[in-house]
Amino acid sequence: MKTIYLDNNATTQVAPEVMEAITPYFQEWYGNPSSAHSFGGQVARKVKEAREQVAALLGADTEEIVFTSCGTESDSTAVMSALATQSDKRHIVTSRVEHPAIRSLCTHLAGRGYRVTEIPVDGEGYLDMERYRESLTPDTAVVTLMWANNETGVLFPVEEAAKIAHGRGILFHTDAVQVVGKLPIRLKESAIDMLSLSGHKLHAPKGVGVLYVRKGCKFSPFLIGGHQEKGRRGGTENTPGIIGLGKACELAALRMEEENTRVKALRDKLENGLVSSIPNCRINGDPSNRLPNTANISFEFVEGEGILLMMDEFGICASSGSACTSGSLQPSHVLGAMGVPFTMAHGSIRFSLSVYNTEEEIDFVLEKVPPIIERLRGLSPYWKAARQVCASP
Amino acid sequence: MWEYTDKVKDHFLNPRNAGELEDANGVAEVGSMACGDALKLSIKVEHGKVTDAKFQTFGCASAIASASALTEMIKGKSIEEVEKITNQDIANFLGGLPKEKMHCSVLGRQALEKAIADYKGVALKEQEGEIICQCFGVTDREIERAVRENNLATVEEVTNYTKAGGGCESCHDAIREIIAKVRTEKKPVSKPKLSNIQKMRMIEETIDREIRPSLKQDGGDIELIDVIGNRVLVATRGTCAVCKASEQTLKNFVETKLHELVWPELVVEEVTQ
Repeated sequence: MKTIYLDNNATTQVAPEVMEAITPYFQEWYGNPSSAHSFGGQVARKVKEAREQVAALLGADTEEIVFTSCGTESDSTAVMSALATQSDKRHIVTSRVEHPAIRSLCTHLAGRGYRVTEIPVDGEGYLDMERYRESLTPDTAVVTLMWANNETGVLFPVEEAAKIAHGRGILFHTDAVQVVGKLPIRLKESAIDMLSLSGHKLHAPKGVGVLYVRKGCKFSPFLIGGHQEKGRRGGTENTPGIIGLGKACELAALRMEEENTRVKALRDKLENGLVSSIPNCRINGDPSNRLPNTANISFEFVEGEGILLMMDEFGICASSGSACTSGSLQPSHVLGAMGVPFTMAHGSIRFSLSVYNTEEEIDFVLEKVPPIIERLRGLSPYWKAARQVCASP
Repeated sequence: MWEYTDKVKDHFLNPRNAGELEDANGVAEVGSMACGDALKLSIKVEHGKVTDAKFQTFGCASAIASASALTEMIKGKSIEEVEKITNQDIANFLGGLPKEKMHCSVLGRQALEKAIADYKGVALKEQEGEIICQCFGVTDREIERAVRENNLATVEEVTNYTKAGGGCESCHDAIREIIAKVRTEKKPVSKPKLSNIQKMRMIEETIDREIRPSLKQDGGDIELIDVIGNRVLVATRGTCAVCKASEQTLKNFVETKLHELVWPELVVEEVTQ
């Protein structure tokens, strides 16, 4: 059975060009970039090249790029560094819809005496900027806001938010894991102090990430060890991962237009096709202000896990914000914060595309999903009642 | 992704007895859409026997499978037999459920009881209890019962079985008190007879939960090889395999725990394998 992979916000396939670029660095050129010999030195040169490739995609300088092991490490490093370098400040500002990498960290820090303010969002997933402005205090050490939401794709105005924070002398970090490679970023022209990205979300392998740290931004390392990354992150570099991430960044710059035209058109086709053929469903998140690859659709009166498993029978991969798939008993905190009603939140499905998806795949999904929803609704005790209410004049 | 048995998948993909019985004389609705799963069960009872049953489920794959399994289990059985069905029986029928999904089997049992009560025209005791978990509307009686019937020891387990405590978590202390209360209750002298499969499952669970962690602290472990009648055959692993005192550990610690938590007549024997 062919896999139709529409879960690219979870992880992506390694691009063939990336695979080719990294393969020699496992067995042929496996040297340690810190070594004095030229065998290691040639790897150090490739790492340097990767740093240039990443910096180019972000519109940043090479010395502002710190390689890490993943997005979560970048997030933790950024927030912990902001707190460590300003030990007199005890307040963190974030949003209600962050990824667990930030959310759980903030809960952990709240348990250790830090004050955490979570800025709410509206029904479209848009950040409440007034509340944001009001939340900043002289005690605020850092603001951490995601650039694009992983579940809905909704974008936060992080550049504007960073400017506001800067005006108050507050450090600004953004988790840009979902944005990098999909939308243009010019960090030189922004007030963002720190930015996290993750390799495996843009067709590089898992196990490599980046923390951008603006020149002049005070920094305290999270992993303490050797002098790697100019003392900002101890530990031998994941050289194949870093080289692959460099290549992936180069590819992403070349494919960004395709991402915003062809991929976006496929996403729109999928979304419009489902919404027009299935009654009682809705799109979650402001359709005019989101990533080009993400569609989050709620199917009322059914539960997401059932949809996922039935799609799985056809090789279709997606995600759900339902409680049953998360391992917790509560549906998605993102949809909850947006005020999406329970009847809708439990039946939410996220489709996230990549440049590797084709129109045939979307056609296949459009053929298979409506009968799945109909079948599950046929089992649901609420569907018939709801239909009767809707049908009555 | 959840590890479901083939039987769960089969009952999810090919649910038996889905729908509503037109001429039902016992109907129950449990759960709610807000909670993430709901089950409507309708049964037809004639001459003391369940002659037909149908279900409608809003919920995940295991909730649908549990309801489908339940209808298959009760059709053709007498009310007396059906009344004895526990949530564990439903899970066993499906070849087991992931522990986080045990509440789906509890939902089935609750619907069954409510449908029988509806048929008999009596009120259920569970509904008289005091709500402990506000998020999911779970009463102290329901929690007590789940703890007692499934030998639960932690808040996490109670959440897995009843959903209680899975929301804002403010009821965790109250749940801990209920667990403590139930576990200090005097165990009835004559335990209900366990089926072999129940016995084996309980032994495995008890080893996993109560025994293995302590052994592992000293680098040891045991593996359950077989259960024959009341003989529990285990092999020692890790430091236990080379420890001179392992026989004493098996008798004084492992066997005592199994007596206490599973069955008082079990005998632990070491085998080399």
